[in-house]
Amino acid sequence: MATTEFPDDPPPATPDRSEPALAAAVPAESVSAPGTDEVLLRAQGGDHHAFAELYARHKRRIFSLCLRMVGNSAEAEDLTQEAFLQLHRKIATFRGDSAFSTWLHRLTINVVLMQLRRKGLQLISLDEVMDPGGPEDGPGRTFGAADLTLSGTIDRLTLEHAVADLPTGYRLIFLLHDVEGYEHNEIATMLDCSVGNSKSQLHKARLRLREILRRPAAEEAQP
Amino acid sequence: MSANSDPKACAEFQAQLPELLGSGLDLANHPHLSGCPLCQALLSDLETIAEAARQLLAPVAEPPDQLWEQIESALREQESGTAE
Repeated sequence: MATTEFPDDPPPATPDRSEPALAAAVPAESVSAPGTDEVLLRAQGGDHHAFAELYARHKRRIFSLCLRMVGNSAEAEDLTQEAFLQLHRKIATFRGDSAFSTWLHRLTINVVLMQLRRKGLQLISLDEVMDPGGPEDGPGRTFGAADLTLSGTIDRLTLEHAVADLPTGYRLIFLLHDVEGYEHNEIATMLDCSVGNSKSQLHKARLRLREILRRPAAEEAQP
Repeated sequence: MSANSDPKACAEFQAQLPELLGSGLDLANHPHLSGCPLCQALLSDLETIAEAARQLLAPVAEPPDQLWEQIESALREQESGTAE
């Protein structure tokens, strides 16, 4: 199946679900109404100090996003750098249709996706590539499985390790949907796959996480 | 265990789960769930995982300080490249 190039520019504006997390991570002024941010306007006009300020405001979120998506600090640094270089080239084209943070966020996701594609992740045939062993080898269905329910007290570190253990494709969709808050139709557009495929991959990702998160308890139960 | 917890009924329910969850439907009153502890546990775990992801995986990683210097340097190269 032919793959479709990801758009070079971030997709059109969507409601900014990233704001609550952003608000916790950066000063409040960076979540002001789109188009009214003076720093942004100055950066758009080529002011280097203003661009440095934008970097300071958004670096944590952008780096965290890259790190989670690729699971490797050195690669995440490269991707963060590439995202900000692209931002510098394109910032004048930001028209304020969406919140700036949303626009930058999607630009970054496109940078990461292009990198993953360069590395050979075929985002089209998600089922084939992301399910390396085929349906029999995937997380599978759980009917008949021993009843080992998660306690409901998952800590951040445990969850982060579990997410890092996911195959790249599963991790990607899980992060986009469950962490970044994108809808399946948006993910389908970004990854050039069907909505059904996105739902299916997310479900498999959660099943795999459940498997990983239950593992220590199951192992401890062994004599 | 209820008659609902037979592998066939569970398989049928779980095959529908990606679509049911993806559609945002409230599954609390789904006929299969009311009598199937296995699928109840599965659903509860999946919801716990999704909720934990939302709550726990906010941005926490700080890039190294020298990254900005690298970006600045790359920007200078970029600008001098376009100026030539």
